[in-house]
This record gives sequence, C-alpha cells and structure tokens, in this order.
Amino acid sequence: MPESSLRDRFERGLAAPICLTWELTYACNLACTHCLSSSGRRDPRELTTSEAKKLIDEIAAMQIFYVNIGGGEPMVRRDFFELVEHAVAQRVGVKFSTNGTRIDRAAAERLARIDYLDIQVSIDGADAATNDRIRGRGSYAAARRAMDNLRLANFGQFKISVVMTRDSVEQLDDFEALARDYGAELRLTRLRPSGRGADVWNDLHPTLDQGRALYRWLLARPNVLTGDSFFHLSALGNPLEGLNLCGAGRVVCLIDPVGDVYACPFVIHDEFLAGNVRENGFAAVWSDGELFRSLREPTSPGACASCGSYDACRGGCMAAKFFTGLEMTDPDPECVFGHGERALATKQVAIRPHSTPDHSRRVSVSLTSRS
Amino acid sequence: MSTTSIDVFDESSHWELSPQVSLRDEAFGALAYHHGNRRLVFLKSRDLVELVRRLGDFDNVSAALDELVSSEQRARYVAALASLHRSGLLSA
Repeated sequence: MPESSLRDRFERGLAAPICLTWELTYACNLACTHCLSSSGRRDPRELTTSEAKKLIDEIAAMQIFYVNIGGGEPMVRRDFFELVEHAVAQRVGVKFSTNGTRIDRAAAERLARIDYLDIQVSIDGADAATNDRIRGRGSYAAARRAMDNLRLANFGQFKISVVMTRDSVEQLDDFEALARDYGAELRLTRLRPSGRGADVWNDLHPTLDQGRALYRWLLARPNVLTGDSFFHLSALGNPLEGLNLCGAGRVVCLIDPVGDVYACPFVIHDEFLAGNVRENGFAAVWSDGELFRSLREPTSPGACASCGSYDACRGGCMAAKFFTGLEMTDPDPECVFGHGERALATKQVAIRPHSTPDHSRRVSVSLTSRS
Repeated sequence: MSTTSIDVFDESSHWELSPQVSLRDEAFGALAYHHGNRRLVFLKSRDLVELVRRLGDFDNVSAALDELVSSEQRARYVAALASLHRSGLLSA
C-alpha cells in the first residue's frame, strides 16, 4: 500500500488514537504567556484519582500504547506518581511534559525508576532572558535544575521541548548544543494561537523567512523531534519527518482535566468539544462523537485547491486557522507562500475566538515567591 | 530499553513477534508498537498482520510463507518481515 493511501486511511480515522494527550490538571505554578490551555487555577471538577484510573484502564483496553500527559503542570497533582505508575503497570507508556519545577533530586530518582516513561522538560529560550520573558522569572533556572537532577539520577535520555517563537527560532544551534550536553533529544513545536497563545501569536510567531530557515534546519536533522508540528512547512519541498497531516479527531485527540474530549491539544474551545469521558467513557466519544465523525469525512481543499502544494501541507493546521479568525477552507495563517497572511489581511475585522475554558490566574505570582 | 537482536534476518530460521510488541487491529492492517524501543510501525495489510501473528507457530519463516503467502507475493512479504526485523519487532 503506498504511503499516500495510508495517509488517506488515517484521515478517515483510526480505531483509537495514536497520539492521545491528556492534560491532567489546569493547575500550574507558572503562567507562560503562550499557554495552549490557558492554565493556572485548578478546576474543582478535575477528574478524581479513581476516575483517572478508570480512564487509564480504558486507554489500556483500547490499546492506546502511550499517553502524552500535560497540563497545567502535571506534577502538581498529588496523585501524579500514583497515576503514572498505574498506567505503566498496564503497559500504557507515559510521555509527560513538565516545566521541571517539581523535579528535585528525590522526584528525579523516583522518575528514573519508572519504565516506559519519557519526560520532556519545556524551555522557550536558550538563555534565561529569552526563556523567562515567556515562562516567567526563574523558570529557566528551574528547568535547568530539573535537567541536572535527571542527569544525576541517571534517568537516561529525556527530551528538551521548545516552542518556536520569533526569538527562540534564532537559537536553534544553542538548543542543539544544550541537548547534546545533556545527552537529551531536542523537540521543537509550533507556536499556536491557542489559549493564551492568542494574545502573543501576532508578535511571536516566526516570520516566513524564519519558517524557511527552520524547515531547512529540520530537514538536515531528522533526529530532532517535532511531533508532526510543522507539516505546513512541508509545502516548501521534501516532506519533514512525520505523517504530515492534521490528525485532529482522526489519529489525535485531547482529554482535558475535567474529562472533556477535544479534537486536538490546540483546540480547547466549545466548537471542537466532542464529549466527556464521564458520560459513557472515552471509547464512545472517540468512535461515535458527532464532531469526530464529521472530522473524518473528506475535507475540501477550499482556497488551497489551486495550489500545487496542497498535497504536501493539506492546508495546514485547523487550530491555527480557527484562532486567527480564518475559515477552515482558508490557508494556514503561516502558509509558506504567504497565502495565509493575505487571507488574514482581507478580514476587515478579524473575529478571533478565545479558548472557552480559561483557567488563567487573575494575578500572576513570581516563581520565587512560591513554595 | 531492550536489546535488539543483531542477527541477520534469515528465512530458514525461526522468528516470531517479540513479546514486547503489541498489535492493534486497524482497517488498513494494524499498528505494531514495541514497548521497549518505543517504535510504532504500520502493518499495511491484513495479510501481513496474519503472517506476523502466526509466524511463531512455524519452524522457520519459509514454512510460514509457504503456507500463508502466494508465491507472487513472497518477495514483498520477505521484505516487509526484514523491515520489521530491523525495527526490532521480531525475536528469534
């Protein structure tokens, strides 16, 4: 079966997701300016420990081989280790994303003892000044301490995860060197105008020139992970590593801390809400959710129909279009040929939706003042 | 992380799906996931899934191919198995 027909098959949806993200909590001790999930305050309706374990059991039964855990900061949940250990015991691998603030020596050693666990520590700059502008004062030092502790605990290879902004994209070689120093893998992802990211996207998303430079850099480094983030750049020529498609509701989805199921981690908005796991479980939402069924229908290339590169980028990212006020049939706002920028310019008044649930803290607190 | 066999894939030897691998059926075939090396591989036909599932029941790969695969398809399936072997999904 040729590769393209496998992609067509994926676009019609799978029996279960390949890439399931589960945000464990909206609570976070940082307040990053680009937070996809507008996290900060814990939601009192958060899944309880027993509900969370039941969900893990269902994930195991559906043969979802690993789950990407995020937040918020997942480690602020008191049952964090209990849930991770419950997952791993059933051969559900855990890949979790953390700001590192809770990885002290003891936590690093406990993490190092768990099989099937991958950790990605997030930074958004190769130096404190660049990073802390986005993630808050002290956050770079905290992330580096976490990396040091993981190294001291012989955790093995972890990941350093960086969102590509107009500033961080200029530091690619520094990130590569940092990852090399720690024996870590480097993972780069796309800045999306989702959550609080909507407020900073205009100023922080890479320019078209930077996008081209990033594409060339990635093409030369197939070992740098991207989570299929930059498939819109594949329109520049050879495809980047990955499936190069929007997997929302087809091979990808998100479960949020209160059990709401969204089409992907970047669309926490009522329009992309498929159901809640508390009703009839996750499998029912995945297979029968009305939204997911409609996402698995063939899509129209819309404004991109006449572009020779449509097959390479498939019109780009649904979330990036939605949160910049574009239609699903418009080009990606960061279309490498500038079609998205032109589409945005024609919108007289761009109506830019905001993520429906917003758990941002009302007043931000500096990291150093928190325990 | 498990060690991957470095033995050369050889049709006259016994190979089976590694106990570290889970298969999940899909309309196009199956997903195969190796819990040790974390590799996810797509098995792109139902016949390949059947072959991989039953491979361990035979004394060697040739016997499995004789029984389960037509002679015109044989080279394709040998190549697919060799590729799975390179990804560490088969064990001796």
